[in-house]
Amino acid sequence: MRLTKSDQAMLDGEAGDAARTAMELLVAVAKSEDAPGLVDISAAHIDGGLYHGRAGLDFALSLVEGGGRVVVPTTLNVSSLDLLHPELYRGDSETAAAARLLMDAYVDMGCTPSWTCAPYQLIQRPGFGDQIAWGESNAIVFANSVLGARTARYGDFLDICCALTGRAPEVGLHTDEGRRATLRVDLQVPDKLLDDDLLYPVLGHRLGQVAGTDVAVIVGLDHRAGEDRLKALGAAAASSGAVAMFHVAGVTPEAATVEAAMAGQSPQRVELIDVVDLARARASLNHGEGPLGAISVGTPHFSVAELAMLADMVKGRSTRVPFYVNTSRDALSRAEASGTIAVIEGFGATVVTDTCTYITPILHDVRGVVMTNSAKWAFYAPGNLGVDVVFAGLDACVASAVSGDLVVGEGW
Amino acid sequence: MTGAGFKALVKGKAVGELLRLGEPLSLWGGLDPETGLIIDRSHPQRGLSVTSAILAMPHGRGSSSSSSVLAEALRLGTAPAGFVLASPDSILVIGSLVANRLYGTVCPIVFGVLPEGSTGLWMIDQNHVAPIAGP
Repeated sequence: MRLTKSDQAMLDGEAGDAARTAMELLVAVAKSEDAPGLVDISAAHIDGGLYHGRAGLDFALSLVEGGGRVVVPTTLNVSSLDLLHPELYRGDSETAAAARLLMDAYVDMGCTPSWTCAPYQLIQRPGFGDQIAWGESNAIVFANSVLGARTARYGDFLDICCALTGRAPEVGLHTDEGRRATLRVDLQVPDKLLDDDLLYPVLGHRLGQVAGTDVAVIVGLDHRAGEDRLKALGAAAASSGAVAMFHVAGVTPEAATVEAAMAGQSPQRVELIDVVDLARARASLNHGEGPLGAISVGTPHFSVAELAMLADMVKGRSTRVPFYVNTSRDALSRAEASGTIAVIEGFGATVVTDTCTYITPILHDVRGVVMTNSAKWAFYAPGNLGVDVVFAGLDACVASAVSGDLVVGEGW
Repeated sequence: MTGAGFKALVKGKAVGELLRLGEPLSLWGGLDPETGLIIDRSHPQRGLSVTSAILAMPHGRGSSSSSSVLAEALRLGTAPAGFVLASPDSILVIGSLVANRLYGTVCPIVFGVLPEGSTGLWMIDQNHVAPIAGP
């Protein structure tokens, strides 16, 4: 593998113990991927601040001890704690203390305490063609697909190794060839479905099932697939599959046409997705029936626009069940300024920041099913929290909250 | 049935009962590192233990937190003995490498496709993957 002088200097320990460890791990992974060398990155997003046990903390503390400092602007993903609303945490204090140590360790290395799974909603975000190293599956797929920035799927540990060295393996989605669509997905649905927010996470869920790790180009969507809808699509696809990038013909930046997304080559595979497939995918996200116990929205973190949309729906109404809204501290402060948060809290909803309701104990003792508008939440919460989930649109979530009973929309 | 055509992503030796996953599994949200059990409710092999197995997976799935979960399972001794992946997955590779640095654990990961119908005890040794004949 080709290494630069500065790569070699880091391996020799000239930038300190942490940088040496990071470069050694990075080179080992790059070799396993047959990378010809490493590329410079301009930003990183770290998923390692979420506490999964002692191993992650031991690693972060060893890097801090080795003098680790990030060398590119580096944001932090959701953690296990809501530092703005600490009273929401219902787990044991020992885990909370360890989780806090982990968060502090990453901040000590110079990371920005953004604590969001949607770093692409921050004012400062990567641009077209930027080489970056991002963790968090939904952020990875958004960066590649919607921003046109270039990141592989970085797991915990490798993300901080990239941030400490400013380098990443020159393979896969960092290269033109790795970004070429090899799978064409022909979406055949009635035009009016493209106006329905629910289409996008359901399509994403199905896309993950058919695409696996392949880069797909979706044919059949149009400009109505805005950023928040593509966010929902990508988050779902990166949960049900290992999707790190998709193109939407005529919409996303590297897919002016289907041919452009495939770099003029023929697809290796073509899949059709129709209303029957989508109805089946939607049904597979519903795991339960029964009384309505709680509602959780905002996975990935709600944008300012989504908070405003929710505020419009709930103005002057009140919820009869616990209603959680996950968002970032950045979006919270912007939405507070416009009065949006006051409306949402007036409805009786609980705003959660810095973390998310499916990764840490926040929900009260739930009696009944939990409703969500997030396919990702519906995918992970049953295993993580042991709850049954009903997946529906945001309007149905609000209608159910107001009535206190499950209200699921008609139609497909 | 020989080990031809395999590539070591993480080197090392391991022996264990082969457990072939019919569908990909995200270790995060899919594996409980405390028990070594598959907890993904939508996974057809939910409830099975991966501990000490040679885990054969079609490919990784989902969360980038799976590196941490693998390292934690290795720390706690609930992890598979090794992995045979049908497509390379750096998320698992880094989890194994970090646990080795921190705790000295060995969890080899190889890339390649096992013959149809493979069962029983298998061994991973660097690039070599092979069944171990019974008594």
